[in-house]
Amino acid sequence: MHEELKNIWKNFFNWVLGNGPRPENEVIPPDPPPDLPFTQKPQDKYSRFHEATIKERYEQWLEIHGLHIFSILYSGLSILTCVVIVCLLLATVAELPPFGHERNPANNEVIRRYVEHGGHETGAQNIVAGLILDYRAFDTFGESAVLFTAAVSVLMILGASRRNKLNKSPSLKSETTSRNFLQRGPPSLDEPILRGVASLSIPAILMMGCVVVINGHLTPGGGFSGGAILSTALILASNAYGPERVHEFYNERTFIVSSSTALMIYALSKGYSFFTGANHFHSIIPKGTIGNIFSAGLILPLNICVGLIVAGTLYTFYSLFSKGDL
Amino acid sequence: MIIIEWLLLIFLIVCAIAVSISKNLLNSVIIFMNYSLVMAVIWVLLRSPDLAITEAAVGAGVTSVLFFLALRKIGQIGHEKENQNKN
Amino acid sequence: MLGKLFLNHYEAVAVILFGIGMTNLLLQRNLIKKIIGLNIMDTAVYLFLAAKGFVEGRAAPILISNGSGGWLNSSDLYVNPVPAGLVLTGIVVSVSVTAFSLALALKLYEYYGTLNIDEALMKMTEEQVELETTIEKAEEDVLAS
Repeated sequence: MHEELKNIWKNFFNWVLGNGPRPENEVIPPDPPPDLPFTQKPQDKYSRFHEATIKERYEQWLEIHGLHIFSILYSGLSILTCVVIVCLLLATVAELPPFGHERNPANNEVIRRYVEHGGHETGAQNIVAGLILDYRAFDTFGESAVLFTAAVSVLMILGASRRNKLNKSPSLKSETTSRNFLQRGPPSLDEPILRGVASLSIPAILMMGCVVVINGHLTPGGGFSGGAILSTALILASNAYGPERVHEFYNERTFIVSSSTALMIYALSKGYSFFTGANHFHSIIPKGTIGNIFSAGLILPLNICVGLIVAGTLYTFYSLFSKGDL
Repeated sequence: MIIIEWLLLIFLIVCAIAVSISKNLLNSVIIFMNYSLVMAVIWVLLRSPDLAITEAAVGAGVTSVLFFLALRKIGQIGHEKENQNKN
Repeated sequence: MLGKLFLNHYEAVAVILFGIGMTNLLLQRNLIKKIIGLNIMDTAVYLFLAAKGFVEGRAAPILISNGSGGWLNSSDLYVNPVPAGLVLTGIVVSVSVTAFSLALALKLYEYYGTLNIDEALMKMTEEQVELETTIEKAEEDVLAS
């Protein structure tokens, strides 16, 4: 009994370390089909079949140039740095005021202002939503812009070689295929179980995402979390029914148009609101009563804008990483 | 309640160390996914439900999917036979 | 000091996680592991911020109805909403950073065939040396002719 327990622990640790024994009934996947690009030129020196030899070559390289001492020095110095920083931070933490006490300096008059006046100034029941989409809406605008910029940068990095491939003449194509493994599409998932589950759960996920976005000013949630939930529905659809089906209604053009429109609407409406607020003009935007779905002024449309941007961006990341294309 | 808090916090540290010492990249990513999920539970304990929803959807969902896709691109998932000698 | 650390257990765990993430970032030679370490550092900072905003025995910052059409807005009922707003911004930005750095790592793998940063550096140096020797040879040829 004791031995058995010991074996289980040993297997568990081996599994954590990634060198455990393989289960006997495991199905070994078949060899990759020969038309995969990187198998065409196994003698290519950048091919991944030379991964083991790269390690050996690296060891030799260290030997030749006498760099072993530097790598040891680097490891030692970085461990020393981390230990010193953690000790300093722990010493600081020990001097902080106790956790969860209501007289902590973090709970100062700013918080009292936000909580006591936030309700009738922004009209939002969720104080965090009122904070990030009304008082500090420019922060959130910058954040949406950061997301959009990140999506466009990833589009430039991973989608650039696609244009090269299209422009290359067919004679050069065989040379470039070994490098173009990033364009390898996902394996065909023709699975009835996946499709059945997807057809049941995608409507539920979409509804959940819409509820989280639209109720952002009443309940926890808002544009960011709702947008992420919507994007998971898109990812599931792309996996179950194939990326072509999603591409019919969500492609590069849709992404650019919807995201930039949402950013423009955000900037214009919030710019108007800040302009009138700062100059003490009368604003035409009604506040509504707290707790209703049509309340809280601009927070509902801004949440929808942010949700559109986040959903589009996260699906774009997925699509670019899976097939190098949107 | 305090026991659950301590258990979750210790689980976080164990997960972080396991991510560092795991030799298999796929295992690292799966452990990191669990780490994010436990982080979402801790945010519920800290009375920040907004953060919990966002972390569960973004940290445990989308980030892990991105890591899995990157691992599939570099051939660490899917062709187990070739990877055995590599790790 | 240890007793005080137990009083501030969330902050102490956040600092330890920060240290683990930083060690990962400095010591791991694999780029994917480095990116995971960066994510761990991110979440450690968020945990610290959110723990500073927590107050014992108070509710989440969502206004509670007082039963007669009004809302309870006394400030000693709710926890601090500012860290939640800050961290919400941070989580989404960290996803963008993760996706961007993963894309760069994939591009590096596409070019050098390895994710280990030392080996990529070795290949980079070799390419540089190769290029220099070819240039020298070409110059010699030009001079000889």
